[in-house]
Amino acid sequence: MKEIIAGLNKVFESRIRLGIMSILMVNDSFDFNSLKESLDLTDGNLASHLKALEDKGFILAKKQFIGKKPNTSYSITEEGATSFREHLNALENLIRNQ
Amino acid sequence: MENNYSSAEDIKTIRKMMEESTKFLSLSGFSGVFLGLFAIAGAMVAWFIIPEGGNISSEEYLNSLPVNEATAIKLQMGLNALVVLLLSVAAALFFSFRNATRSGRSIWTPVSKRLFINLSIPLAAGGIFALILAFQNHFQLIIPVFLVFYGLALINAGKFTYDEIFYLGIFEIITGLAAAVFPDQGLLFWIFGFGILHIVYGVMMYRKYQL
Repeated sequence: MKEIIAGLNKVFESRIRLGIMSILMVNDSFDFNSLKESLDLTDGNLASHLKALEDKGFILAKKQFIGKKPNTSYSITEEGATSFREHLNALENLIRNQ
Repeated sequence: MENNYSSAEDIKTIRKMMEESTKFLSLSGFSGVFLGLFAIAGAMVAWFIIPEGGNISSEEYLNSLPVNEATAIKLQMGLNALVVLLLSVAAALFFSFRNATRSGRSIWTPVSKRLFINLSIPLAAGGIFALILAFQNHFQLIIPVFLVFYGLALINAGKFTYDEIFYLGIFEIITGLAAAVFPDQGLLFWIFGFGILHIVYGVMMYRKYQL
């Protein structure tokens, strides 16, 4: 049991972060506003979760301008993808073992 | 047990986000039905009103007409096709928009942009190809070209929406190829490919996803 739980990553405990990681796993990149709409969050709430994932090195932010509007798009890093996959496996094992 | 519940919920969230962010799920079965009806109406107009005796599918007939009469018929057919196209696009947009608003989704998302691009490129290629055929007086191939390119566009777009669209694309291509084999029956294949297939698919999609 302990081994199974060890695979779970604390960073992904929030469902919002799971949502962000899930979207970035299957999309090359996703911009801030689209993430906000998909996850139905406020700017501040989303930004703080993105920041946490970015600090961990799991996602990468790319700032650019579309016309005069700043636009930040996010993509998953290799490390992020690996960690997320491990987390998913642990979740699966947890369900299977109970 | 609470742990189990939350892990299962976690996996549900993950699945949902992965699917919703890669697939445009606001397509409405109603669009299919309306597209089909418009296509059949357009075919009726072509059949009964514009050409004398419904012979428009015959290239020989059209090429035997005096130039100005043939040009008039071509223009009317082109206008007819354009009206059908505009009504169809409007219906598809309207019902998708309504569907999206109802389920609280946005219609302009990264996925819908990708869907749009992947649908438009083969469609535009087909449209231009059909125009070239029209200018070169190869009318018999226009309907097969529409059907085949439309099918290719759907197959391309199928990656970004319901899987059923992919299969609809296959059926459209088969219909288009069959239309090329029987060039004088173009309108019948048009009615089947753009009319009946769309209506059948629309009803199926509605029953599966919207009821």
